[in-house]
Amino acid sequence: MNALTGGNYTTADGRKIGNTMMEMKNITLRFGGVVAIKDISFDINEGEIRAIIGPNGAGKSSMLNVISGFYNPQEGEVWFHGKKRPQMRPYQVARQGIARTFQNIALFEGMSVLDNVMTGRLTHMKSGMLSQMIWKGKAEKEETENREVVEKVIDFLEIQAIRKTPVGRLPYGLKKRVELARALAAEPKLLLLDEPMAGMNVEEKEDMSRFILDVNDEFGTTIALIEHDMGVVMDLSDRVVVMDYGKKIGDGTPDEVRNNQEVIDAYLGVAHD
Amino acid sequence: MVHATSASAGLDTLPRLLARNVDKFGDKPAYREKEFGIWQSWTWSEVAEEIEALALGLLTLGVNEGDHIAIIGRNRPYLYWSFVAAEMVGAVPVPLYQDSVAEEIAYVLDHCDARFVIAQDQEQIDKVFEVHDRLPGIEHMVYLDPRGMRKYDHTALTKYQVLQEKGRADGDRAELNRRLDKQTYDDTCVMLYTSGTTGKPKGVVLSNRNIIETSKASSAFDDLRFDDEILAYLPMAWVGDFIFSIGQAFWTGFCVNCPESPATMHSDLREIGPTYYFAPPRVFETQLTDVMIRMEDAGRFKKWLFHHFMAHAKKVGPDLLDGKDVGLGDKLKYQLGELMVYGPLKNTLGFTRVRVGYTAGEAIGPEIFDFYRSLGINLKQLYGQTEASVFITQQPDGEVRSDTVGVPSPGVELKIADNGEVFYRSPGVFVRYFKNDESTASTKDAEGWVATGDAGFVEEGSGHLRIIDRAKDVGKMADGSLFAPKYVENKLKFFPNVLEAVVFGSSKEYCTAFLNIDLTAVGNWAERNNIAYSSYQELAGHPEVLATMQSHVEEVNASVAEDPMLSGCQVHRFVVLHKQLDADDGELTRTLKVRRRIIEEKFADIIAALYDGSPEISTETEVTYEDGRKGSIKATLEVRDARVFEIRKVAAE
Repeated sequence: MNALTGGNYTTADGRKIGNTMMEMKNITLRFGGVVAIKDISFDINEGEIRAIIGPNGAGKSSMLNVISGFYNPQEGEVWFHGKKRPQMRPYQVARQGIARTFQNIALFEGMSVLDNVMTGRLTHMKSGMLSQMIWKGKAEKEETENREVVEKVIDFLEIQAIRKTPVGRLPYGLKKRVELARALAAEPKLLLLDEPMAGMNVEEKEDMSRFILDVNDEFGTTIALIEHDMGVVMDLSDRVVVMDYGKKIGDGTPDEVRNNQEVIDAYLGVAHD
Repeated sequence: MVHATSASAGLDTLPRLLARNVDKFGDKPAYREKEFGIWQSWTWSEVAEEIEALALGLLTLGVNEGDHIAIIGRNRPYLYWSFVAAEMVGAVPVPLYQDSVAEEIAYVLDHCDARFVIAQDQEQIDKVFEVHDRLPGIEHMVYLDPRGMRKYDHTALTKYQVLQEKGRADGDRAELNRRLDKQTYDDTCVMLYTSGTTGKPKGVVLSNRNIIETSKASSAFDDLRFDDEILAYLPMAWVGDFIFSIGQAFWTGFCVNCPESPATMHSDLREIGPTYYFAPPRVFETQLTDVMIRMEDAGRFKKWLFHHFMAHAKKVGPDLLDGKDVGLGDKLKYQLGELMVYGPLKNTLGFTRVRVGYTAGEAIGPEIFDFYRSLGINLKQLYGQTEASVFITQQPDGEVRSDTVGVPSPGVELKIADNGEVFYRSPGVFVRYFKNDESTASTKDAEGWVATGDAGFVEEGSGHLRIIDRAKDVGKMADGSLFAPKYVENKLKFFPNVLEAVVFGSSKEYCTAFLNIDLTAVGNWAERNNIAYSSYQELAGHPEVLATMQSHVEEVNASVAEDPMLSGCQVHRFVVLHKQLDADDGELTRTLKVRRRIIEEKFADIIAALYDGSPEISTETEVTYEDGRKGSIKATLEVRDARVFEIRKVAAE
């Protein structure tokens, strides 16, 4: 536990961090005999940028999948907005205001950027398939409203020029941005980013960092991200959780984590005996 | 005398033109901008309300008459309105290039004593903040895009819309009306800084008379109407954009469309389909290259169809556009081509509705020019300057050629000095350079004649002006005939194989030239013809490359020879240089213009060989690598003789 647990503080650059939004309590996740996550607890405060780091196979993505409801842990509890969350399917979690991007881009390659981002609005659409097909009254109005939200996101992420381009024709860095756009279109309270900078060049990383900070700043979205690039993690995040072999080995501000001997060992490697 | 003109029917300021437009075309769209994927539009009535609200807002900030208000940003309706709002309160709008670095912005803001800045977004505001401590005169800034601005200290910073709200609520309407009533035809309308290729930028003061007279005359020249559409995408700090998007728009009442972002310019162009369009030659060139590359990838039938009909268009298209007589068969075939090739192509380019198109700024390659004309796009050339409120000469419909810049615009008088320099006088001639009486006096004489700095001549018969070079580069050859290096260099550079050309010959018997091959074009050719090469130097010295270059030079000579005044500039001997002229070596400026003096010194041995008749020259040249290290390259260059053509005698001689 560290000084910032529990939230309610102001960061050095003047952002207000609110109460605890999500709390993971003693999470253990097993796949058969393999223990992916072992008894991990940590929290995420409202308005915060929270990073999860660790070497390959540490269980970071599994942790993100627990948050997003894709995996249900065998032990432990997930608390969201002060309430214990029952077992949920991913779409139910999404309706609670949690959106995510994927480590390996998961977009519809043949569809345009606009259509892809529109799919992010799915959880907000109420009209049934039939009225969607007839396309009169409610369905039409709903689409217009959703399109408005989507256009604001497109404007925000500066992807107007590729609005009508099929995603398959875009370079990797832009696809990552489109994925972020789709997640943002859901107007999430908590945004989960699984390696948003993976495979990017320095310039693309700078752009993406800027967008992540802007999203957090403009919309007040809470962000939990997994990232390998230490420079990015240390610059962006307010607090960092470090995992290794499914265990939590560090938790705190970037500076605290950087000076943690266990973390240094995990990254530089020591003899396991 | 030019100053005798008075404004027609009291339309002597932009605010008064605005009021006229509200009366006449109140419900017609005046400005459009694509935002959030839709074209948002404002009618003239709405525009007038927005501008008035901003003007009242400016009053609440304490703007005085005669203050300068800097405007920085890309083409957006809101920023165009701020020009007129500034004028309404009696202030002078000063647009700045949005891609200028903070230092350049600091110079202009300091020079014009700006008290207020209206900027598009955080980026521009940050630039001003960066140099703020050196600019105590700046009192308040207004921004348009709130993104990222939330955490800024708002004591001397206001959002555009907030300022408008404040204006609507507490603005002093009586004071605004008092200021409006006072304004006259000779008050300053706008101050534009020239880009400053030589020395520091100069602030060109243009009066209401300059702008409105010019807009009136040029709109009449091309019959611009209230139902025309333009796309505003060129920098707002450039005089042309001010004349097109504000001057002519206010005079005729046509609609100005602003693209969503610079990157979407081409698709926005297609959606709007402007009827009146301006672009520098570079834009037309890039578009043509894009078309050609895409055609290369097309199937064989489509490719054949395209080339077949384009050949036909080249033959009869320009004549049809000029209203000349062509055979019935050709006419029918052109119509078929319109249906199958030209029409769809124009649609793709966004030129379907272009009635009047202009290009200017630098020489445009004849093939590029003819390509667009042959499609039936009425592309014309004009010649202008900030100091002239743009228009000096322009090409009338039906008299369009790639090698002239047209006849004097209505109201413009031309005069050619003994050294060939072009002078003009017109109602558009600027009032003065701001805080620079010395430059004003050296540019504009007591009778109102302004020196352009360009050398040219008026063609006999057609009365068209032809610009040949910068006046200071034009010289005389040994036999007294005119030497205009840039004229010949431009002709050489129109060949895709030639990247750069430098022509020598001032006070010499004959002209000679250095050529640089274009590695992309020539390398591509070598690849297709299985010619192996290991370096730039080797490719540049390849006999077949030299032969190609020679044919280019001879073709240019033939075309130069047709011009009685300039036929002395034919290139007799040339070398293809072993290295590319480079800004790192000081041979070019950073904007890639040739620095003659330095090249003459550095390659003195090669120039000597060009004139002493030797067949080859061994030379060693120092080069600077990108990391700053120096090295040298040795080469033996072949000096080639090019065929020259007989000079056609002018009848009068």
